[in-house]
Amino acid sequence: MSLTTAAPQLHAEALTIGYEQRVISENLNVRIPEGKFTVIVGPNACGKSTLLRALARLIKPRSGQVLLDGKSVTSLPAKELARRLGLLPQSSIAPDGITVADLVARGRYPHQKLLRQWSVEDESAVAEAMEATGVSALSGRLVDELSGGQRQRVWVAMVLAQQTPLMLLDEPTTFLDIAHQIELLELFRELNLDKGHTLVAVLHDLNHASRYADHIIAMKDGVVVAEGAPRRRHHRVLGGGSVRDGLQNHR
Amino acid sequence: MVPVVSQLMAPAPKPHAGEPATAAQSGDNAAPRGGVVKRSGWRVTFLFAAAAILLGAVVLSLGVGAKLIPASTILQAFTNPQDTADHAIILESRLPRTLMGIAVGVALGMAGALIQAITRNPLADPGILGVNAGASFAIVVAIGVFGVATLSGYIWFAFGGAILTTAAVYLIGTSGRNVVNPIRLTLAGVALGAVLTGIGSGLTLLNPKAFDHLRSWSIGSLDTRSMESVATVAPFMGVGLLVALFCVRGLNALALGDDLATSLGANVNRTRILGVVAITLLSGAATAGAGAIGFVGLMVPHVARWIVGPDQRWIMATTVLLSPILLLVSDVVGRVAAPGELQVGVVTAFIGAPVLIALARRRKVSGL
Amino acid sequence: MSRLDPGKRVDFGRPVAVVRNRSLSLRLDIRSMLVCIPLLLAALAVAVVSLATGDYEVSVQQVLQAFTGDAPGLAQTIVMEWRLPRVLAALVFGAALGMSGGIFQSMTRNPLGSPDIIGFNTGAYTGALIVMLTVGGSYAGVAAGALVGGVLTALAVYLLAYRRGSQGFRLIIVGIGISAMLAALNHWLILQAELEAALAAAVWGAGSLNGITWEQAAPAAVVVVVVGLATLVVARRMQLLEMGDDAARALGVRAEPTRLLLLILGVALTAAVTAVAGPIAFVALAAPQLARRLTRSAGITLLPSAVMGAFLLVSSDLAAQRLFAPIQLPVGVVTVCIGGIYLVWLLAREARKS
Repeated sequence: MSLTTAAPQLHAEALTIGYEQRVISENLNVRIPEGKFTVIVGPNACGKSTLLRALARLIKPRSGQVLLDGKSVTSLPAKELARRLGLLPQSSIAPDGITVADLVARGRYPHQKLLRQWSVEDESAVAEAMEATGVSALSGRLVDELSGGQRQRVWVAMVLAQQTPLMLLDEPTTFLDIAHQIELLELFRELNLDKGHTLVAVLHDLNHASRYADHIIAMKDGVVVAEGAPRRRHHRVLGGGSVRDGLQNHR
Repeated sequence: MVPVVSQLMAPAPKPHAGEPATAAQSGDNAAPRGGVVKRSGWRVTFLFAAAAILLGAVVLSLGVGAKLIPASTILQAFTNPQDTADHAIILESRLPRTLMGIAVGVALGMAGALIQAITRNPLADPGILGVNAGASFAIVVAIGVFGVATLSGYIWFAFGGAILTTAAVYLIGTSGRNVVNPIRLTLAGVALGAVLTGIGSGLTLLNPKAFDHLRSWSIGSLDTRSMESVATVAPFMGVGLLVALFCVRGLNALALGDDLATSLGANVNRTRILGVVAITLLSGAATAGAGAIGFVGLMVPHVARWIVGPDQRWIMATTVLLSPILLLVSDVVGRVAAPGELQVGVVTAFIGAPVLIALARRRKVSGL
Repeated sequence: MSRLDPGKRVDFGRPVAVVRNRSLSLRLDIRSMLVCIPLLLAALAVAVVSLATGDYEVSVQQVLQAFTGDAPGLAQTIVMEWRLPRVLAALVFGAALGMSGGIFQSMTRNPLGSPDIIGFNTGAYTGALIVMLTVGGSYAGVAAGALVGGVLTALAVYLLAYRRGSQGFRLIIVGIGISAMLAALNHWLILQAELEAALAAAVWGAGSLNGITWEQAAPAAVVVVVVGLATLVVARRMQLLEMGDDAARALGVRAEPTRLLLLILGVALTAAVTAVAGPIAFVALAAPQLARRLTRSAGITLLPSAVMGAFLLVSSDLAAQRLFAPIQLPVGVVTVCIGGIYLVWLLAREARKS
């Protein structure tokens, strides 16, 4: 499936977000480059997940707004937003006894209606999603029985089946071993380059980010401290150096 | 039975992707965070204060009632007992009641703390092991089938029923080589409890005399007339407390999760088994003696944890002092508000529930 | 693309039937259907037996004739006026309880979730007791008392647990607290009453279908059917919520409003049953779990839960009437025993397996 519509524009304007009493970020302005693979990095509790969740409309901002293609995300009906923006949350629960195909099929919900629950488009989208993530062979297996790496790919397949031009991924690689992390990152790169999805991922590892991302947003204490394209010549960003050293045309 | 079913729904966090299960569980208990009373010195002071309050509660319990008896007379009744009406009231009516209140309070509180630690479920109550259901079923059988009519008669039935039920629950909840699964243990307790309650209520509805007796027993009351009942249950409670003391150390390790605990050298199974034995003795004796008093076992360990932090030794020390206070005060309130009419089981629920709800509404719901 | 490329068929690991035409497309799980249909037939068979047996024996043929009005006079009355309301109530109420239990188990993501986490049953009992012990036990009064008591309690629990969203854990704790308070109150009320009144109250409290008439059963049945259909419409959203709030919202489900709606529907189903028959335990707990194990489905499925609930209740009612004849047990006592035994068996089997 190739995305023929124009790449989506997502940005946050003067965003102030937080939980209950705590304010995490104030007056944040972030623009997600269209058609690219953007990675948000930063130390623990720097607000990167909070930002992603705000972009996905999981958190209501105290002030400011998130705009998708020029319209505030809060003005869109929930299902409409889900057709344009997909999110892989940090922790999801696979219901007891669910099969891989069943779980991936749930990703089609935004496109379905009460009487149209399994159209031809739905079925082919699911099949393609499973193929792209390499879980077709596991189609009839129980999700509970899969390994961590396989399970994560199934969740990615579910988001893929949603067929959204924009995909947000909240720490998709955090609990996987290195081989699976690379596997997943390669998949994301493919989704971005070959299939044309705009991707935004929150990652822990700066090395992964600099290797795979087109655009890095580095955060600390709720503020964007650096932003720009990674310098590919440096295959490793030295731990002691500043993040800025690893970025070209930063601000 | 109905609140018991709801108690099991502390959601167990399911691991996502490759996330290790224990991380989700022990994340909240990583380092023992002190409670409100943080340092050892303060905790000791707190314990002394609690002991003093307990003494005050005892005096209240002995002095307050249909007839208000001053403290000096109370003291005299023990040091220089005479044949006066006041002394009679104190020694024959209020003393057994107070002693039973202390014993049952300590037993229930301790049992609650133990079961919360063993099942790692902050909503656990001793009743979930089927103890209450077993005891009341046995009483129904005693009254309905054997025609036993006195408290001292069916107290033994109650105790026997409690023990048999717990043993059955334990058997069902254990698999293979004595490995206790806390979830299955809890489920088994609920299930067996439900069956016994069902059969029991079926029998009582067919037998009005049993129904009458049971409805006054099952509410939980300290209306003991004699020291005999106290003397009957106290030894079992004593043994139960001793067994509990043996497993206290292991319980701290248990809170970290089975794998971690074993790697720290704790014998997880032995701790659990000892704990279940202790709970049976304590709960069974308390239920047999005073009926089904709810909330003490559920609430007091929770409050104790909030005050002194997650170290099981401090929790138990605190619980042992706080629960009899709760019980005695509830009993006094019941006596004063509606003499003979308001049982302690009702009052504890009405005091306990708002506290529990207030705790739940705090921003961070305290886990184990 | 109107023809599906065979390479794009999805294998669900179990037989599925796909129905597609111009206006609709559906995916049906064959195993679920193979469970529901025989179960429904079994429930109907038990129903017919219930209509035929009793103090006055009616042959099965006469039962069927009664539906067309061709049975001899007395048999006609017995079947249609006396027994049918009760049997129909058992079927419909059982379905309601099964569905309600399914909703709550799905919402709490816990196999022991039940409508009572929100304190409904206990509150209903309190309301009914107050009416029974003060004003006397007229049917309408008791039903109204039960409804008011139950709904007020559910409302109080929800409001007390609400703090920027009703987090599941908090809902459960508040439910326990309020249930325990009301349970103590109920115990106390029963203790205060005269023995006879207390016995009658306890029978109601155990849940009973004795003496149900058309006037009583019909309104409740209508409510159940309407709410049941509404629930089936929301079913997909309920399933998505089982994956966690974040995942559900990412797919376009509005989590809190959906949860509130499900709560209302679940409570409505329980309320309709409890007002008429008192709190019947364990059907709501056991039916969804039994149904799940038979259909081997993922998460909770509402239709099988409903059918299983109907089967459980109609069978329990038959047992309640026949076991100690001529004494009629309250059906709630039988459901508790059956439910408890089922759980024990399940656990013992799990223990042996591991």
